[in-house]
Amino acid sequence: MNNVKIAWRNLWRNKKRTFITVASIFFGVFLSTFMTSMQQGSYSGMIDNIVKFYSGYIQIQNEDYWENKTINNSFQLTDSLISTIKSVTEITQITPRLESFALISTENLSQGAVVVGIEPENENNLTGLSKWVKEGNYLSSNDDGILMGKLLAKYLKANINDTIVLLSQGYHGSGAAGKFVLRGILDFPSPELSKGFVYMELKNCQQFYSAEGFLTSLVLMVKDQSHLPKAKRKLSKIINSPYRIMTWDEMSPEMVNMIESDKAGGVIMKIILYMIISFGIFGTILMMLNERKREFGVMIAIGMQKTKLGKILFYETLMIGLLGVVLGFLVSIPTIAYYFAHPIVLTGDAAKTMIDIGVEPLMKFSWKAMVFYNQVIIVFVITFLIAFLPLTNINKLNVVKALKG
Amino acid sequence: MSVIEIKNLHKIYNESEVKVHAVNGINLSFEQGEFAAIVGPSGSGKTTLLNMIGGLDSPTEGQIIVGGTEINKLKAGKLIDFRMRNIGFVFQAYNLIPVLTAKENVEFIMHLQGVSKQDREKRTKELLIAVGLGDRINSRPSKLSGGQQQRVAVARALASKPKFVLADEPTANLDSKSTENLLDIMEKLNKEENITFIFSTHDARVVKKAHRVITVEDGKVISDERK
Repeated sequence: MNNVKIAWRNLWRNKKRTFITVASIFFGVFLSTFMTSMQQGSYSGMIDNIVKFYSGYIQIQNEDYWENKTINNSFQLTDSLISTIKSVTEITQITPRLESFALISTENLSQGAVVVGIEPENENNLTGLSKWVKEGNYLSSNDDGILMGKLLAKYLKANINDTIVLLSQGYHGSGAAGKFVLRGILDFPSPELSKGFVYMELKNCQQFYSAEGFLTSLVLMVKDQSHLPKAKRKLSKIINSPYRIMTWDEMSPEMVNMIESDKAGGVIMKIILYMIISFGIFGTILMMLNERKREFGVMIAIGMQKTKLGKILFYETLMIGLLGVVLGFLVSIPTIAYYFAHPIVLTGDAAKTMIDIGVEPLMKFSWKAMVFYNQVIIVFVITFLIAFLPLTNINKLNVVKALKG
Repeated sequence: MSVIEIKNLHKIYNESEVKVHAVNGINLSFEQGEFAAIVGPSGSGKTTLLNMIGGLDSPTEGQIIVGGTEINKLKAGKLIDFRMRNIGFVFQAYNLIPVLTAKENVEFIMHLQGVSKQDREKRTKELLIAVGLGDRINSRPSKLSGGQQQRVAVARALASKPKFVLADEPTANLDSKSTENLLDIMEKLNKEENITFIFSTHDARVVKKAHRVITVEDGKVISDERK
């Protein structure tokens, strides 16, 4: 009769109590796993949206551009820079951009906007820009037309095929003025983008700003967020001054702050959940120790070393934890797998809010291993710490008093 | 040669600043194969004396020498080990391990001693047959009567081949038939295997069977009669 076998049998002496304790761990593990998966899934969704919407995972810029976004802080695109970036296997897509500001005018109205020079096909592959075209057409390569946001077009009373005048300052103070045909109107979900963005073909844009061969950013994509640190590490080794590597989180600190504050809320919830589990296990162990004092006295009296008895009780506590975790996983794995494959579709105001900020109205779930193993680690640390209670209790046990019951 | 030698044994409890002299200068010795009963009224000190002989309690003063070893000088871990190898216990409330069967309860101590599986099973079977429970070896304590549980406790006490068995009020919770039965078994084991039994008891039936009766009062031995 080994220690583990005795511990297992002891577990079932009071079936109801063991069941309640295991159930509390089960619910804790299930809820915590479900919540973590939902949080991680929604963060991944948000990051995915932000990088695929505009910023990409990484941008290569002139080292002064981020602090001072002027066309004078652009850089020249060279073949060697492209081949250097392509040597990083984690990079899946590259698209160049030239960004600046201009006054956009029609016959009687003017409005300031961001002008973005793009390679239409590459840009569309990376951000899916063409899907926002609601009127007119998307740009083709060597197109001399422009695209603008719906709210901007509405303000300017501009229609498809109207001539739009752009006025700005070009590279190193040169004048920039040009007439362009409005090729398409973009219906962005975000009002900020809709009233403030104009797109044109890159070469056209470079010509407009007298910045032939210059870019303000090279937008890079990696397969997913998990490849980002490695890609950044590799790029940092091969790309130096006058370039700068910016990752999405450096470019979107407000998103990072939002995720961090949401995570903090989740941590508080989980602490409460795990405190409930801890007290459940603690109560069970405490009751078990009091009920079985006489039995412990007998075992020590007839020759069982306290350390060996402590081991049995230690195993009992760990087994309760293990049972709860296993049951929790048996339910949470298929549940999360289902929601990972079938995200919850939001409706009503929640969906509208998400659409307005350019995010798909879906509650996504994460299937990452950390969602699961984090809970195992936490429950086992809790159980492990509580399992020391019987050890200290047994060590202090007075056999004569214990035998009196 | 004495199995147990008790020299000038004292046990003083300090309860509520009032000293209680539970055992007050007892000198005794027990020979191999004795069947002795320690009797006395409640609070006379017989259970305290038995606990000290068994190494469960420590004396305030005096010596307890078991087979040449002064057990009150042993450290906690060594003392537990000494009990396992030398002393068998039978308690008033049977105190079997409820999750183990009769066989497993008897085997338990041999398991602690590191006895091989084959030897364990052989001895367990022999002992359970000897106490008349050969047909209940796989029953858990909850399925056995009080008398049967106490017989398993006797088998467990003998499993480790101890130098002596201490039985604290072993018949207190048993009916007369079970008491008679249990005493017969212990007397038989005493006669046939020369096992030393020391009882603390109130029970006249135990006193009647005992070959030596030690009467204790106020922590002192007031009579020590051999039949």
